[in-house]
Amino acid sequence: MAAGLDAAQGLSPARRARRRVGGALFRRPWLKGLALLAPPVGAFGFFYIAALVVLFVSAFWTVDAFTGELVHRWTFDNFRTLWQESAYRTVALRTVWVAAAVTVTDAVIAFPFAYYMARVAKPRVRAALFVLVLLPLWASYLARIYSWRLILDHDGLLNWSAQKLGLPAPGIEYTNTAMWVVFSYIWLPFMILPVYASLERIPQSYLEASRDLGARGFRTLRRVVLPLALPGVVAGSIFTFSLTLGDYITPTLIGGTSSQFIGNVVYDAVNQSSNLPFGAAFAVVPVVVMGAYLLVARRLGAFEAL
Amino acid sequence: MEQRGTRIALGVWVGLVLLFLYVPIVVICLYAFNKSNVQSWPISGWTTHWFGSAIHNGDMQQALWLSLKAAALATVAAIALGSAAAFGVHRFRFFGREAVSFLLVLPIALPGIITGMALNSYFTFWKLNFGLLTIVIGHATFCVVVVYNNVLARLRRVPGSLAEASMDLGADGWQTFRFVTLPSISTALVSGGLLAFALSFDEVIVTTFTAGAQNTLPIWIFGQIRLGQQLPQVNVVVFLILAVTIIPVALAQRLTSESGILRTE
Repeated sequence: MAAGLDAAQGLSPARRARRRVGGALFRRPWLKGLALLAPPVGAFGFFYIAALVVLFVSAFWTVDAFTGELVHRWTFDNFRTLWQESAYRTVALRTVWVAAAVTVTDAVIAFPFAYYMARVAKPRVRAALFVLVLLPLWASYLARIYSWRLILDHDGLLNWSAQKLGLPAPGIEYTNTAMWVVFSYIWLPFMILPVYASLERIPQSYLEASRDLGARGFRTLRRVVLPLALPGVVAGSIFTFSLTLGDYITPTLIGGTSSQFIGNVVYDAVNQSSNLPFGAAFAVVPVVVMGAYLLVARRLGAFEAL
Repeated sequence: MEQRGTRIALGVWVGLVLLFLYVPIVVICLYAFNKSNVQSWPISGWTTHWFGSAIHNGDMQQALWLSLKAAALATVAAIALGSAAAFGVHRFRFFGREAVSFLLVLPIALPGIITGMALNSYFTFWKLNFGLLTIVIGHATFCVVVVYNNVLARLRRVPGSLAEASMDLGADGWQTFRFVTLPSISTALVSGGLLAFALSFDEVIVTTFTAGAQNTLPIWIFGQIRLGQQLPQVNVVVFLILAVTIIPVALAQRLTSESGILRTE
């Protein structure tokens, strides 16, 4: 019937064929949906999810001490080693601790900045600030870390500036403090942007209502603005926390001999001692920490702010 | 409105934060012109001498070429998969729709070492040789979400009535896609693609697990910095990368007002 109509309209055969395919898809929308979603979901399932599953399964395997071959036998040995060796506990605690410190630092730096962007700056200044925050995010990650290495170096800009100002040289090169500074720097835009987005969404009338009801500036900030901005802060913290947890480049280039992160141990396990199961077991730690964190974040409404 | 004092204090804070954000970028640019091969401050003399030797460095050229190939292929994969997923999720209501978003965002939500390690062991499991293909697969996993977010955000803003009007005027599905839908999302596609390219070109952590013995440009730089070799040349390369990556990102920013990874509206 449809084909007859097309012919009556005098359409070319190619166009008629296209119409028939289009019509068939229109009558069966699920087919179109399937055709669109199958490639991305399939590719992710095959390459990514399957890889994650293999990784977690291999955390319960072990490596033969003599041949160096994977032994597919279920064991908790890797996790036992992690728990019992204090060196690994120290590394795990250091990683989580630095990630938490970086997150808090970024939140403190970002909040006034985002507040200015959202509620004080004029539209043009706001647009300019938005781009200025965004650019470092995309500017080469290694370049920025390397720059800090030069700045923090013994003969670098920081010590030189301190000396010029008559202050004692900070001399924080290759320490955990240096790592804290650099991580805070690197991930700062990830905190500013979601906080800005959540602050911008607060209707002006809420602030006026608060003032009409007699709240002073600080009280409005604490009772109205902060609670409404919290989802944005938590959304930003997901990035700063997760990115710090999974990094090993900054500890390698900026940290010192006692700055090893989970990432460094995992990297060495895979690439140097080829003990993949142990690396996998240790990699479970940040995933579990992150999973717990995401659960809390969801309760605080961070996913709507992402 | 905030009080005058508060506004000034906030303004000063913004200035300081911008200084914090940009001083390192300026510093690294200055070092590219450092005459001495000792990297210390203040810079004693200036030269453009290192540009020549950096550009003619064979290892660097090879690494750059590999990075460009990998980024181009990863971007193509990201555009194909990311936009297909965005159309599917936008158009159809189905069970597990949220799961698709979650699935795609997972590679950037999970720590980079997890993605890297998982792929490393998986490729070994399949006895795949580490090289361009494995690098591209690794990069595509986290590039897809950038295109997906960009295109989905745009699709949500384009009114559905446009496509309906096109159909009412007698266009078939393909024509509607070609002349109505595609033009309305084209800038989102381009900007998503540019950001995916930038992301791939810059990636280190996942790449160290999927590149095998090959060097992408970031891995080459990482190696040189760690070993403290050829630092004057590294300065130049890093400066050039900064100069070049600013362009696609600024362009992407003009095309949409999306931030790429973060949805800010």
